[in-house]
Formats: sequence, C-alpha cells, structure tokens
Amino acid sequence: MTDALEVAVARKIGEFELDVAFTVESGISVLFGPSGAGKSLTLALIAGLIRPDTGTIVIRGRLVTDCARRIHVSTQERRIGMVFQDGLLLPHRSVLDNVALAVRQARGSRARRAIAHSWLERVGAEELAHRRPGSLSGGQRQRVALARGLAGDPALVLLDEPLSALDVEVRRELRQLIRGVIISSGVPAVLVTHDAEEAEELGDVVIAYNNGRVTGRRSVARPHGPEPEREEPERTESA
Amino acid sequence: MIGLVPRSWLNTLDIPPWVWNPLSISLRAAFEATIVVAILGIALAYLLAKGRFPGRDAIETVCSLPMALPPTVVGLYLLTRMGGPGPIRNAEVRLFGHPLTFTFTGIVIAQIIESFPYCVRFSRTAISVVDPRFEQVARAMGLSRWRIAFLVTLPLARRGIVAGVAMSFGRALGDFGATMIVGGAVPMATTMPIALYNAVFYGSHQQATILALVQLGVAFAILLGVSRLGRLQPW
Repeated sequence: MTDALEVAVARKIGEFELDVAFTVESGISVLFGPSGAGKSLTLALIAGLIRPDTGTIVIRGRLVTDCARRIHVSTQERRIGMVFQDGLLLPHRSVLDNVALAVRQARGSRARRAIAHSWLERVGAEELAHRRPGSLSGGQRQRVALARGLAGDPALVLLDEPLSALDVEVRRELRQLIRGVIISSGVPAVLVTHDAEEAEELGDVVIAYNNGRVTGRRSVARPHGPEPEREEPERTESA
Repeated sequence: MIGLVPRSWLNTLDIPPWVWNPLSISLRAAFEATIVVAILGIALAYLLAKGRFPGRDAIETVCSLPMALPPTVVGLYLLTRMGGPGPIRNAEVRLFGHPLTFTFTGIVIAQIIESFPYCVRFSRTAISVVDPRFEQVARAMGLSRWRIAFLVTLPLARRGIVAGVAMSFGRALGDFGATMIVGGAVPMATTMPIALYNAVFYGSHQQATILALVQLGVAFAILLGVSRLGRLQPW
C-alpha cells in the first residue's frame, strides 16, 4: 500500500534547523510538540509554500519535491487542503462562496456551489451558507474552514492548530466533528497541535517533535467504537 | 463625472460661468487623471508589494518623487519635455496633431504625474499588510496568481486602495503649480486653483473668496468621504 505522505526534508531558517523524516498512512497523523519545534514549518514545506534545502516529499505516490532533481510542484498543483487556526475565510465573500472557490473538480458555478453545499451539510454548517464570515462564531468559522479544506477533493489535508483559538467546550465538540468528517472523507490528514489531549483524541498516529527533530512516533489505540464510515464525496458529471 | 448630472439640474443652480467653467474643467481633469492613476497605480502597487525584482526600490523612489518636489518643478520638467523639441513632443504631434502643452490633455497629464504617488503608496501599503496566509490558502485551493490577486488580495486591501484613489483625486483637483505651468492658464485649461489665482491677481477679491469657498467645500467633501471610507466596515 502506498503511504499517504513521505517526508524527508531539511531546512535552515536563521539559527533554527529542521531535519525530519517520517511517513504517514491514511487517517489523521498528528505532529505534536511545543511551540517553535518546527511543526508548522513542516506543513509549509509539505504544502510547497516554502522550499526545503534538501530532501524529498511524496504525496500519495506523487513526487512533489525533490531538491536533488530540482523538482518543486507548485502549491496550486499539489491538491492540498489547508485549515488554519483562525479559519482565514475571505471576509468579503459568503460562506458558500468561500467553500465553492476551493472546488476544483467541477466546472461551472452551479456545480461548484452544489458540491460546496454538500460539504457545508457534512460539517453541519448548511444554514450558514449565505452569511458572511464576519458574523460567525469561532467554532462556526472552523467548521466552514474544514468544509473548504476538503471541498477541493484534496490528496491531503493539512490542519495547523485548527482548534487552538477556541474555548474548551467548542474545542471538544469540534474534535469529534473533525475526526468524523476527515475519516469519512477518506482524505489523509496531517494535523499540528501542542495540546496532548487533542493529539490523543484526533490522531491515529502521533509524531512527536522537538527542536526541529522527530523524537518519537506511536499509534493511538482506539476503542472499537463506531468509526465513521467512509463516504465518497459528491462529484459532478463535469468533474 | 459632470456628465452624470443632468444639465437642466445644473441650470437651476444658476452657477455663474466664472465659477462653473473652472469647476467643470477641474472636476473633469481630476476625474480623467484619477481613472488613469487608479489603473496604473494599483497595478504598480501590486507589483511593488508582491514582486521581487531588481530596481524595485528605484522604481518606488522615482514614483514618489512628485511628492517631494515642488509642483512647479514637475510642471517645468513636463513643459520642457512636452513642449520643447524632442521625441516626446514628436510623439504628441504624431498622435494628437499638436503638442499637448496649453491644452486640457496637458493638464490631465500634469495631474496624473502629481497624483500618481498617493495612489501607489496607499495601495502598496494596503496590499503589503494583507495577511499572507489568505494567499497561501488560496494557492492551496489551486487558484492562479491572477485569481488570487483579484479575488483575494485586492478585495482585502480595498479600504486602503480606495483611500489612495480618493487622495489622488483630491491631489489632482487641488494641483496648481504643475497645472499652471503646463496649462498656461488658457481658458480650456483653467482649473479652480488657477481661476482663484487669476481673480487675486486682477484684484477681484469677492470672486476669489467665492472660488476659495467652493474649493473648500469640495476638499471637505472629499476628506469626509475618505474618512468615512476608513471607518466603513465593508463586510
């Protein structure tokens, strides 16, 4: 079986040196460690926002970065979904437009909006479709950001501290949602957090980071509860 | 812009021609200059904010020069380039059939040069402070550079850009030195500031006071508009 992601990269920024190698399979892999350990930098390298000094990155069998061979697939062509801490929804567009803008597997506004709507339903935010992001709560914004991250049929979704700006109650509620939606979508995910409880609840695998190095890796044992069934995302004829 | 107001409505205002003529020339010239400034200035501001290329600082400095120079210096330079012998004058004659000095088009060009830096500087700052993570997410969404510029960056920088364009309009409307030298105060190029100068020069203090009050009203309206735009929550 092909790994969802293979990373073996080094990058020096000022005094900080990142030098990490790991592979992840399907499900949610958590990069866990203190602030400044290089977790978010790793996400930026995977997304192609920053180039490593040396190394390779393979996303679902596709080589997207190989410094030795000067291969660097642009961020646009990596088919990545991204979810940041504060949602980063475009404030001048409706919630539905924000999600529809990420849909790349369909042509035409109507088809894109239909797919966007189905993703908003999956994250329980369909009633927010016509609202502006400025009128949403933090939790609602993150639901929409999750829908947007997954709506473009990505090969991999990257979540950078998606819950750290939320209060405890909302965070707990959203953990279940994030895990449920990502597992059912079948899209492998890499999530960054410095919260041990969050890493435990969300991750199938936890990769420990410290000072720019991978210091450990373990699988999270899950009780045999009902894991969400994998669903195929809605596609259109024009896809 | 003046064309948008019905002539019959203007007639009812009974504005005397010594106010109306320079006012209409001023507004028309400033409006036309601002259209050019907005298109070129926003494009250049985007390039300066996002591009990494040799000579970027030099271009920015040259664009800002009219802010630091007295308008009369800019006017003199334009007069000698546009009116004196040389390739620029030859190009004007080829394109328009005559040199552009002492014409309406000439004062529009002078106002473009004078007001350009305001649009560029305001817009560049507004574009620079857009959180780059919005653009990163857009890149991950597969949007092209053009779509990111038009759908993400420029709308997010909208307030600063609008303020820059408004300031450019105000600057063009209020320009005296460059407009006076390039336009030469001929009737078709007599703007409000030049009409005011003429009124003072010929001792018509009452006319000068009225012209000054009209300009004060226009300037106040523009600054009020800019200040409101600054406070406006566009979303």
